[in-house]
Amino acid sequence: MTAIVASSPTRNLPDPMLPRPFRVQRVRKETQDTFTLELEPATGEGDYPFAAGQFNMLYIYGVGEVPISISGDPTKPHRLVHTTRAVGVVTNAMRQLKRGDMLAVRGPFGNSWPVVEAQGKDVIIVAGGLGLAPVRPALYHVLAYREKYNNVVLLYGTRTPLDILYRREIEGWRSRFDVDVHVTVDRAMHPWRGNVGVVTRIIPKAPFDHLNAVAMICGPEVMIHFTVLELEKRGLAPGSIFISMERNMKCAIGFCGHCQWGPNFICKDGPIFSYEEIKPFFGRRGL
Amino acid sequence: MSTPSIESILARHPFFQEIAPAELGAIIEHARLISFEPGRLIFHQGEPAAQLFLITEGKVSLEVFAPQRGPILLMTLGPEDVLGWSWLFPPYRWHLDARALEPTQAIAIDGARLRERCEANHELGYQLMRHSVGVIEQRLQAALLQLVDLYGK
Ligand SMILES: Cc1cc2nc3c(=O)[nH]c(=O)nc-3n(C[C@H](O)[C@H](O)[C@H](O)COP(=O)(O)OP(=O)(O)OC[C@H]3O[C@@H](n4cnc5c(N)ncnc54)[C@H](O)[C@@H]3O)c2cc1C
Ligand code: FES
Repeated sequence: MTAIVASSPTRNLPDPMLPRPFRVQRVRKETQDTFTLELEPATGEGDYPFAAGQFNMLYIYGVGEVPISISGDPTKPHRLVHTTRAVGVVTNAMRQLKRGDMLAVRGPFGNSWPVVEAQGKDVIIVAGGLGLAPVRPALYHVLAYREKYNNVVLLYGTRTPLDILYRREIEGWRSRFDVDVHVTVDRAMHPWRGNVGVVTRIIPKAPFDHLNAVAMICGPEVMIHFTVLELEKRGLAPGSIFISMERNMKCAIGFCGHCQWGPNFICKDGPIFSYEEIKPFFGRRGL
Repeated sequence: MSTPSIESILARHPFFQEIAPAELGAIIEHARLISFEPGRLIFHQGEPAAQLFLITEGKVSLEVFAPQRGPILLMTLGPEDVLGWSWLFPPYRWHLDARALEPTQAIAIDGARLRERCEANHELGYQLMRHSVGVIEQRLQAALLQLVDLYGK
Protein backbone atom coordinates (compact mmCIF):
# COMPACT_ATOMS: atom_id res chain seq x y z
CA MET A 1 0.00 0.00 0.00
CA THR A 2 1.27 3.47 -0.70
CA ALA A 3 0.71 6.42 1.60
CA ILE A 4 -2.02 8.81 0.59
CA VAL A 5 -0.97 12.41 0.30
CA ALA A 6 -2.87 15.64 -0.16
CA SER A 7 -4.03 15.88 -3.69
CA SER A 8 -4.57 18.81 -5.99
CA PRO A 9 -8.24 19.79 -6.42
CA THR A 10 -8.57 18.40 -9.90
CA ARG A 11 -6.76 15.10 -9.53
CA ASN A 12 -8.19 12.35 -11.76
CA LEU A 13 -10.69 14.71 -13.32
CA PRO A 14 -10.69 15.48 -16.98
CA ASP A 15 -13.39 18.10 -16.41
CA PRO A 16 -14.22 19.04 -12.82
CA MET A 17 -17.46 20.71 -13.94
CA LEU A 18 -18.77 17.51 -15.54
CA PRO A 19 -20.95 15.44 -13.18
CA ARG A 20 -20.60 11.67 -13.46
CA PRO A 21 -23.62 9.39 -12.87
CA PHE A 22 -23.55 7.16 -9.80
CA ARG A 23 -26.00 4.58 -8.54
CA VAL A 24 -27.01 4.18 -4.89
CA GLN A 25 -25.74 0.79 -3.80
CA ARG A 26 -26.74 0.98 -0.16
CA VAL A 27 -28.60 3.34 2.20
CA ARG A 28 -28.02 3.22 5.95
CA LYS A 29 -29.93 5.28 8.49
CA GLU A 30 -27.44 6.55 11.06
CA THR A 31 -29.64 8.72 13.30
CA GLN A 32 -33.05 10.41 13.13
CA ASP A 33 -31.88 12.92 10.48
CA THR A 34 -28.61 11.47 9.19
CA PHE A 35 -27.99 8.75 6.62
CA THR A 36 -25.10 7.16 4.76
CA LEU A 37 -25.10 6.44 1.03
CA GLU A 38 -22.74 4.00 -0.65
CA LEU A 39 -22.41 4.79 -4.33
CA GLU A 40 -21.06 2.98 -7.38
CA PRO A 41 -20.28 4.48 -10.79
CA ALA A 42 -23.22 3.86 -13.13
CA THR A 43 -20.79 3.49 -16.03
CA GLY A 44 -19.07 0.60 -14.29
CA GLU A 45 -15.71 2.41 -14.26
CA GLY A 46 -13.44 1.33 -11.39
CA ASP A 47 -12.13 2.98 -8.24
CA TYR A 48 -12.74 6.44 -6.86
CA PRO A 49 -9.43 7.48 -5.28
CA PHE A 50 -9.57 10.37 -2.83
CA ALA A 51 -7.59 11.80 0.06
CA ALA A 52 -8.94 11.90 3.63
CA GLY A 53 -10.74 15.25 4.01
CA GLN A 54 -11.82 15.78 0.41
CA PHE A 55 -15.43 16.40 -0.60
CA ASN A 56 -17.67 15.83 -3.62
CA MET A 57 -20.44 17.90 -5.14
CA LEU A 58 -23.50 15.62 -5.15
CA TYR A 59 -26.21 16.51 -7.65
CA ILE A 60 -29.76 15.27 -7.06
CA TYR A 61 -31.43 15.33 -10.46
CA GLY A 62 -33.96 18.14 -10.77
CA VAL A 63 -33.27 19.46 -7.26
CA GLY A 64 -29.75 20.80 -6.87
CA GLU A 65 -26.13 20.22 -5.95
CA VAL A 66 -24.46 20.27 -2.50
CA PRO A 67 -20.91 19.77 -1.18
CA ILE A 68 -20.63 16.65 1.01
CA SER A 69 -17.41 15.26 2.46
CA ILE A 70 -16.33 11.76 1.56
CA SER A 71 -16.67 9.76 4.77
CA GLY A 72 -15.43 6.37 3.54
CA ASP A 73 -12.08 4.65 3.77
CA PRO A 74 -9.40 6.15 1.48
CA THR A 75 -7.58 2.82 1.50
CA LYS A 76 -10.70 1.18 -0.03
CA PRO A 77 -11.39 3.44 -3.02
CA HIS A 78 -13.86 1.01 -4.62
CA ARG A 79 -16.56 2.26 -2.22
CA LEU A 80 -17.67 5.89 -2.37
CA VAL A 81 -19.36 6.72 0.94
CA HIS A 82 -21.14 9.91 2.06
CA THR A 83 -22.88 10.62 5.38
CA THR A 84 -25.37 13.47 5.22
CA ARG A 85 -27.68 15.28 7.60
CA ALA A 86 -31.01 16.28 6.07
CA VAL A 87 -31.24 20.02 6.72
CA GLY A 88 -32.83 21.56 3.62
CA VAL A 89 -34.06 21.16 0.06
CA VAL A 90 -31.27 19.10 -1.49
CA THR A 91 -30.28 17.02 1.52
CA ASN A 92 -33.93 16.14 2.22
CA ALA A 93 -34.33 15.03 -1.40
CA MET A 94 -31.15 12.99 -0.99
CA ARG A 95 -32.70 11.30 2.04
CA GLN A 96 -35.49 9.95 -0.20
CA LEU A 97 -33.01 8.07 -2.42
CA LYS A 98 -33.22 4.28 -2.40
CA ARG A 99 -30.97 1.49 -3.59
CA GLY A 100 -30.71 1.67 -7.39
CA ASP A 101 -31.55 5.39 -7.63
CA MET A 102 -29.21 7.69 -9.54
CA LEU A 103 -27.38 10.89 -8.65
CA ALA A 104 -24.40 12.71 -10.15
CA VAL A 105 -21.01 13.34 -8.60
CA ARG A 106 -18.30 15.94 -9.27
CA GLY A 107 -15.05 15.64 -7.40
CA PRO A 108 -13.07 14.88 -5.38
CA PHE A 109 -12.28 18.47 -4.41
CA GLY A 110 -10.23 20.19 -1.75
CA ASN A 111 -7.13 19.35 0.24
CA SER A 112 -6.62 16.66 2.85
CA TRP A 113 -6.15 16.14 6.58
CA PRO A 114 -2.41 16.22 7.45
CA VAL A 115 -2.13 12.44 7.78
CA VAL A 116 1.36 12.42 6.26
CA GLU A 117 2.67 15.31 8.38
CA ALA A 118 1.29 13.56 11.49
CA GLN A 119 3.48 10.49 11.03
CA GLY A 120 5.74 9.89 14.04
CA LYS A 121 3.43 11.99 16.22
CA ASP A 122 0.42 11.61 18.51
CA VAL A 123 -2.84 12.14 16.63
CA ILE A 124 -5.83 13.70 18.38
CA ILE A 125 -9.06 13.70 16.44
CA VAL A 126 -11.82 15.82 17.96
CA ALA A 127 -15.23 15.52 16.33
CA GLY A 128 -18.54 17.13 17.21
CA GLY A 129 -21.91 15.85 15.99
CA LEU A 130 -21.92 15.23 12.26
CA GLY A 131 -18.24 16.29 12.23
CA LEU A 132 -17.24 12.66 12.72
CA ALA A 133 -18.16 11.95 9.08
CA PRO A 134 -15.60 14.25 7.37
CA VAL A 135 -12.81 13.24 9.75
CA ARG A 136 -13.49 9.50 9.69
CA PRO A 137 -11.33 8.99 6.56
CA ALA A 138 -8.36 10.43 8.49
CA LEU A 139 -8.92 7.89 11.27
CA TYR A 140 -9.20 5.08 8.69
CA HIS A 141 -5.92 6.20 7.19
CA VAL A 142 -4.13 6.41 10.54
CA LEU A 143 -5.42 2.97 11.55
CA ALA A 144 -4.39 1.47 8.20
CA TYR A 145 -0.83 2.71 8.79
CA ARG A 146 -1.02 2.46 12.60
CA GLU A 147 2.68 1.71 13.08
CA LYS A 148 3.59 5.12 11.64
CA TYR A 149 1.86 7.04 14.44
CA ASN A 150 2.29 7.32 18.22
CA ASN A 151 -0.83 7.67 20.41
CA VAL A 152 -4.10 7.87 18.53
CA VAL A 153 -6.97 9.53 20.37
CA LEU A 154 -10.56 10.05 19.22
CA LEU A 155 -12.71 12.47 21.23
CA TYR A 156 -16.29 12.57 20.01
CA GLY A 157 -19.17 14.63 21.37
CA THR A 158 -22.85 14.63 20.43
CA ARG A 159 -26.05 16.03 21.91
CA THR A 160 -27.55 12.73 23.10
CA PRO A 161 -26.76 9.01 22.79
CA LEU A 162 -29.29 8.84 19.93
CA ASP A 163 -27.15 11.25 17.89
CA ILE A 164 -24.01 9.07 17.92
CA LEU A 165 -22.88 8.21 14.40
CA TYR A 166 -21.27 4.90 13.40
CA ARG A 167 -22.06 3.28 16.76
CA ARG A 168 -20.91 -0.24 15.91
CA GLU A 169 -17.73 1.02 14.33
CA ILE A 170 -16.94 3.15 17.39
CA GLU A 171 -17.37 0.03 19.54
CA GLY A 172 -14.89 -1.72 17.24
CA TRP A 173 -12.32 1.08 17.59
CA ARG A 174 -12.85 1.11 21.34
CA SER A 175 -12.09 -2.60 21.60
CA ARG A 176 -8.69 -2.12 19.91
CA PHE A 177 -5.81 -1.59 22.28
CA ASP A 178 -4.10 0.99 20.12
CA VAL A 179 -6.76 3.74 19.99
CA ASP A 180 -8.08 5.84 22.87
CA VAL A 181 -11.76 6.44 22.18
CA HIS A 182 -13.83 8.81 24.33
CA VAL A 183 -17.46 9.51 23.50
CA THR A 184 -19.41 12.10 25.44
CA VAL A 185 -22.93 13.47 25.20
CA ASP A 186 -24.58 16.66 26.47
CA ARG A 187 -27.66 14.97 27.88
CA ALA A 188 -28.53 11.40 28.74
CA MET A 189 -30.84 9.19 30.75
CA HIS A 190 -30.09 5.75 32.21
CA PRO A 191 -29.02 3.20 31.02
CA TRP A 192 -26.32 5.36 29.34
CA ARG A 193 -23.04 4.47 31.06
CA GLY A 194 -20.74 6.72 29.02
CA ASN A 195 -19.51 10.26 29.62
CA VAL A 196 -21.80 13.24 29.97
CA GLY A 197 -20.32 16.70 29.35
CA VAL A 198 -18.97 18.69 26.44
CA VAL A 199 -16.15 17.22 24.37
CA THR A 200 -13.72 19.97 25.43
CA ARG A 201 -13.79 18.59 29.01
CA ILE A 202 -11.91 15.46 27.90
CA ILE A 203 -9.00 17.39 26.39
CA PRO A 204 -7.14 18.20 29.65
CA LYS A 205 -6.67 14.47 30.36
CA ALA A 206 -6.23 13.19 26.80
CA PRO A 207 -2.98 11.21 26.40
CA PHE A 208 -0.82 13.25 24.02
CA ASP A 209 2.53 15.00 24.07
CA HIS A 210 1.83 18.62 23.17
CA LEU A 211 5.33 18.98 21.71
CA ASN A 212 4.83 16.10 19.28
CA ALA A 213 1.17 15.93 18.34
CA VAL A 214 -1.23 16.90 15.59
CA ALA A 215 -4.91 17.67 16.28
CA MET A 216 -7.63 17.40 13.65
CA ILE A 217 -10.94 19.04 14.56
CA CYS A 218 -14.24 18.79 12.74
CA GLY A 219 -17.60 20.12 13.87
CA PRO A 220 -19.60 23.34 14.03
CA GLU A 221 -17.46 26.48 14.32
CA VAL A 222 -18.46 27.19 17.91
CA MET A 223 -17.26 23.72 18.92
CA ILE A 224 -14.01 24.21 16.97
CA HIS A 225 -13.45 27.52 18.78
CA PHE A 226 -13.68 26.02 22.29
CA THR A 227 -11.71 22.92 21.28
CA VAL A 228 -8.85 25.07 19.99
CA LEU A 229 -8.84 27.02 23.29
CA GLU A 230 -8.47 23.80 25.29
CA LEU A 231 -5.77 22.41 23.00
CA GLU A 232 -3.82 25.66 23.27
CA LYS A 233 -4.16 25.47 27.09
CA ARG A 234 -2.50 22.05 26.83
CA GLY A 235 0.36 23.75 24.96
CA LEU A 236 -0.36 22.53 21.43
CA ALA A 237 0.99 25.04 18.88
CA PRO A 238 -1.50 26.64 16.44
CA GLY A 239 0.52 25.12 13.57
CA SER A 240 -0.24 21.63 14.92
CA ILE A 241 -4.00 22.20 14.99
CA PHE A 242 -6.02 21.55 11.82
CA ILE A 243 -9.68 22.35 11.32
CA SER A 244 -12.25 21.71 8.61
CA MET A 245 -14.37 24.66 7.43
CA GLU A 246 -17.70 24.87 5.62
CA ARG A 247 -19.29 27.61 3.54
CA ASN A 248 -21.89 27.58 0.79
CA MET A 249 -20.41 26.42 -2.50
CA LYS A 250 -21.27 26.48 -6.16
CA CYS A 251 -18.39 25.71 -8.52
CA ALA A 252 -16.04 23.94 -6.02
CA ILE A 253 -13.00 24.83 -8.12
CA GLY A 254 -12.21 28.41 -7.12
CA PHE A 255 -14.07 30.26 -9.92
CA CYS A 256 -17.31 31.65 -8.50
CA GLY A 257 -16.20 33.10 -5.16
CA HIS A 258 -19.22 31.73 -3.26
CA CYS A 259 -17.06 30.07 -0.62
CA GLN A 260 -14.69 32.96 0.02
CA TRP A 261 -13.57 33.15 3.64
CA GLY A 262 -11.11 35.90 4.45
CA PRO A 263 -8.34 35.61 1.84
CA ASN A 264 -9.23 31.96 1.09
CA PHE A 265 -11.62 30.04 -1.09
CA ILE A 266 -12.65 27.09 1.02
CA CYS A 267 -13.20 24.81 -1.99
CA LYS A 268 -9.71 25.38 -3.36
CA ASP A 269 -7.50 26.36 -0.39
CA GLY A 270 -9.39 24.16 2.11
CA PRO A 271 -11.59 22.75 3.45
CA ILE A 272 -8.79 21.84 5.88
CA PHE A 273 -6.76 24.72 7.33
CA SER A 274 -3.97 24.92 9.84
CA TYR A 275 -5.16 27.06 12.75
CA GLU A 276 -1.98 29.11 12.51
CA GLU A 277 -2.98 30.11 8.99
CA ILE A 278 -6.53 31.20 9.80
CA LYS A 279 -6.15 32.40 13.39
CA PRO A 280 -6.32 36.13 12.46
CA PHE A 281 -9.84 35.84 11.09
CA PHE A 282 -11.27 32.63 12.58
CA GLY A 283 -14.53 33.37 14.40
CA ARG A 284 -14.65 36.97 13.13
CA ARG A 285 -18.21 38.18 12.59
CA GLY A 286 -19.33 38.62 9.01
CA LEU A 287 -16.69 36.33 7.50
CA MET B 1 0.58 -3.68 42.54
CA SER B 2 0.35 -1.74 45.82
CA THR B 3 -2.45 0.81 46.21
CA PRO B 4 -1.13 4.33 46.77
CA SER B 5 -1.75 5.69 50.27
CA ILE B 6 -4.24 8.49 50.98
CA GLU B 7 -1.25 10.63 51.90
CA SER B 8 0.49 10.17 48.54
CA ILE B 9 -2.74 10.72 46.58
CA LEU B 10 -3.56 13.95 48.42
CA ALA B 11 0.03 15.21 48.18
CA ARG B 12 -0.06 14.81 44.37
CA HIS B 13 -3.62 16.02 43.83
CA PRO B 14 -3.92 19.50 42.23
CA PHE B 15 -6.58 20.39 44.78
CA PHE B 16 -4.12 20.14 47.67
CA GLN B 17 -1.12 21.82 46.04
CA GLU B 18 0.60 24.54 48.07
CA ILE B 19 -0.93 23.24 51.33
CA ALA B 20 1.66 23.08 54.14
CA PRO B 21 2.67 19.48 54.99
CA ALA B 22 1.49 19.87 58.62
CA GLU B 23 -1.98 20.96 57.44
CA LEU B 24 -2.11 18.16 54.88
CA GLY B 25 -1.26 15.74 57.69
CA ALA B 26 -4.19 17.07 59.72
CA ILE B 27 -6.56 16.79 56.76
CA ILE B 28 -5.48 13.19 56.17
CA GLU B 29 -6.73 12.33 59.65
CA HIS B 30 -10.24 13.17 58.46
CA ALA B 31 -9.95 11.30 55.15
CA ARG B 32 -10.74 7.70 54.28
CA LEU B 33 -10.79 5.51 51.20
CA ILE B 34 -14.24 4.47 50.14
CA SER B 35 -15.60 2.36 47.26
CA PHE B 36 -18.92 2.15 45.48
CA GLU B 37 -20.48 -0.58 43.37
CA PRO B 38 -21.91 0.44 39.99
CA GLY B 39 -25.42 1.85 40.44
CA ARG B 40 -24.86 2.86 44.11
CA LEU B 41 -25.91 6.37 45.09
CA ILE B 42 -22.95 8.21 46.62
CA PHE B 43 -25.14 11.01 47.86
CA HIS B 44 -28.72 12.01 47.48
CA GLN B 45 -30.36 15.37 46.82
CA GLY B 46 -31.57 17.04 50.05
CA GLU B 47 -29.43 14.96 52.43
CA PRO B 48 -26.81 16.65 54.64
CA ALA B 49 -23.64 17.29 52.65
CA ALA B 50 -20.96 16.09 54.99
CA GLN B 51 -18.08 15.17 52.68
CA LEU B 52 -15.83 16.16 49.84
CA PHE B 53 -14.85 13.30 47.51
CA LEU B 54 -11.73 13.01 45.39
CA ILE B 55 -12.39 10.32 42.80
CA THR B 56 -9.39 8.03 42.30
CA GLU B 57 -10.95 5.38 40.06
CA GLY B 58 -14.16 4.79 38.14
CA LYS B 59 -16.93 7.04 36.90
CA VAL B 60 -19.63 9.01 38.73
CA SER B 61 -22.71 10.71 37.30
CA LEU B 62 -24.31 13.85 38.70
CA GLU B 63 -28.03 13.49 38.27
CA VAL B 64 -31.25 15.27 38.89
CA PHE B 65 -34.39 13.24 39.38
CA ALA B 66 -37.37 14.41 37.35
CA PRO B 67 -40.75 12.87 38.26
CA GLN B 68 -42.19 10.96 35.29
CA ARG B 69 -38.85 11.11 33.47
CA GLY B 70 -36.50 9.47 35.94
CA PRO B 71 -32.88 10.43 36.61
CA ILE B 72 -31.34 12.83 34.07
CA LEU B 73 -27.55 12.66 33.79
CA LEU B 74 -26.03 16.15 33.89
CA MET B 75 -22.32 15.43 33.96
CA THR B 76 -19.92 12.57 34.59
CA LEU B 77 -16.76 12.79 36.65
CA GLY B 78 -13.73 10.52 36.69
CA PRO B 79 -10.29 9.97 38.22
CA GLU B 80 -8.76 13.13 39.78
CA ASP B 81 -12.09 14.96 39.69
CA VAL B 82 -13.41 16.57 42.86
CA LEU B 83 -17.00 15.64 43.66
CA GLY B 84 -19.34 17.71 45.82
CA TRP B 85 -19.28 21.35 46.90
CA SER B 86 -22.36 21.58 49.10
CA TRP B 87 -20.31 20.86 52.28
CA LEU B 88 -18.80 24.33 51.73
CA PHE B 89 -21.93 26.46 51.75
CA PRO B 90 -24.96 26.65 54.07
CA PRO B 91 -27.39 24.92 54.36
CA TYR B 92 -24.86 22.07 53.71
CA ARG B 93 -27.27 19.86 51.79
CA TRP B 94 -26.70 18.10 48.46
CA HIS B 95 -28.41 19.75 45.50
CA LEU B 96 -28.04 16.76 43.18
CA ASP B 97 -27.70 12.98 43.26
CA ALA B 98 -24.32 11.38 42.60
CA ARG B 99 -24.19 7.76 41.44
CA ALA B 100 -21.32 5.39 40.66
CA LEU B 101 -21.62 4.25 37.03
CA GLU B 102 -18.60 1.94 37.26
CA PRO B 103 -16.77 0.38 40.23
CA THR B 104 -15.58 3.59 41.85
CA GLN B 105 -13.01 4.48 44.49
CA ALA B 106 -12.73 7.84 46.16
CA ILE B 107 -11.16 9.57 49.10
CA ALA B 108 -13.89 11.01 51.32
CA ILE B 109 -12.89 13.97 53.49
CA ASP B 110 -14.99 15.20 56.39
CA GLY B 111 -16.40 18.54 55.20
CA ALA B 112 -17.21 19.97 58.66
CA ARG B 113 -13.62 19.30 59.88
CA LEU B 114 -12.25 20.85 56.72
CA ARG B 115 -14.35 23.98 57.25
CA GLU B 116 -13.20 24.20 60.86
CA ARG B 117 -9.55 24.00 59.79
CA CYS B 118 -10.13 26.69 57.14
CA GLU B 119 -11.68 28.97 59.80
CA ALA B 120 -8.74 28.35 62.16
CA ASN B 121 -6.08 28.82 59.46
CA HIS B 122 -6.98 31.40 56.86
CA GLU B 123 -3.92 30.62 54.73
CA LEU B 124 -5.23 27.05 54.35
CA GLY B 125 -8.72 28.45 53.83
CA TYR B 126 -7.47 30.77 51.09
CA GLN B 127 -5.62 28.00 49.24
CA LEU B 128 -8.58 25.61 49.39
CA MET B 129 -11.04 28.30 48.31
CA ARG B 130 -8.72 29.27 45.44
CA HIS B 131 -8.60 25.67 44.18
CA SER B 132 -12.34 25.24 44.75
CA VAL B 133 -13.17 28.35 42.75
CA GLY B 134 -10.88 27.13 39.94
CA VAL B 135 -12.67 23.80 39.70
CA ILE B 136 -16.12 25.36 40.09
CA GLU B 137 -15.28 27.84 37.31
CA GLN B 138 -14.29 25.00 34.96
CA ARG B 139 -17.51 23.11 35.78
CA LEU B 140 -19.59 26.23 35.23
CA GLN B 141 -17.97 26.84 31.84
CA ALA B 142 -18.56 23.24 30.83
CA ALA B 143 -22.19 23.45 31.98
CA LEU B 144 -22.68 26.68 30.01
CA LEU B 145 -21.24 25.05 26.88
CA GLN B 146 -23.68 22.18 27.32
CA LEU B 147 -26.44 24.80 27.14
CA VAL B 148 -24.97 26.32 23.96
CA ASP B 149 -25.56 23.12 21.97
CA LEU B 150 -22.02 22.93 20.59
CA TYR B 151 -22.87 20.35 17.96
CA GLY B 152 -25.92 22.04 16.41
CA LYS B 153 -25.57 23.55 12.93
C1 LIG C 1 -16.72 21.26 2.22
C2 LIG C 1 -18.06 20.91 2.80
C3 LIG C 1 -18.28 19.62 3.27
C4 LIG C 1 -19.52 19.27 3.79
N1 LIG C 1 -19.70 17.99 4.23
C5 LIG C 1 -20.90 17.61 4.69
C6 LIG C 1 -21.13 16.25 5.08
O1 LIG C 1 -20.24 15.40 5.04
N2 LIG C 1 -22.37 15.93 5.51
C7 LIG C 1 -23.39 16.86 5.58
O2 LIG C 1 -24.51 16.51 5.96
N3 LIG C 1 -23.20 18.14 5.23
C8 LIG C 1 -21.98 18.54 4.77
N4 LIG C 1 -21.81 19.84 4.37
C9 LIG C 1 -22.92 20.77 4.51
C10 LIG C 1 -23.88 20.60 3.35
O3 LIG C 1 -23.25 20.99 2.16
C11 LIG C 1 -25.13 21.47 3.58
O4 LIG C 1 -25.83 20.97 4.69
C12 LIG C 1 -26.01 21.42 2.36
O5 LIG C 1 -25.41 22.18 1.34
C13 LIG C 1 -27.39 21.96 2.66
O6 LIG C 1 -28.12 21.96 1.45
P1 LIG C 1 -29.72 21.89 1.42
O7 LIG C 1 -30.15 22.25 0.06
O8 LIG C 1 -30.18 20.58 1.95
O9 LIG C 1 -30.11 22.98 2.49
P2 LIG C 1 -30.62 24.47 2.18
O10 LIG C 1 -32.03 24.37 1.77
O11 LIG C 1 -29.63 25.15 1.29
O12 LIG C 1 -30.46 25.07 3.63
C14 LIG C 1 -31.23 24.58 4.74
C15 LIG C 1 -30.65 25.09 6.02
O13 LIG C 1 -29.32 24.58 6.21
C16 LIG C 1 -28.40 25.65 6.36
N5 LIG C 1 -27.16 25.30 5.67
C17 LIG C 1 -26.97 25.19 4.36
N6 LIG C 1 -25.70 24.87 4.10
C18 LIG C 1 -25.07 24.81 5.27
C19 LIG C 1 -23.73 24.55 5.66
N7 LIG C 1 -22.75 24.32 4.79
N8 LIG C 1 -23.44 24.55 6.99
C20 LIG C 1 -24.39 24.83 7.88
N9 LIG C 1 -25.67 25.08 7.57
C21 LIG C 1 -26.00 25.08 6.29
C22 LIG C 1 -29.06 26.84 5.73
O14 LIG C 1 -28.61 28.05 6.30
C23 LIG C 1 -30.53 26.61 6.05
O15 LIG C 1 -30.84 27.02 7.36
C24 LIG C 1 -20.56 20.23 3.87
C25 LIG C 1 -20.35 21.53 3.39
C26 LIG C 1 -19.12 21.87 2.87
C27 LIG C 1 -18.88 23.25 2.38
S1 FES D 1 -17.35 27.34 -4.62
FE1 FES D 1 -16.84 28.64 -6.27
S2 FES D 1 -15.03 29.53 -5.54
FE2 FES D 1 -15.43 28.04 -4.04
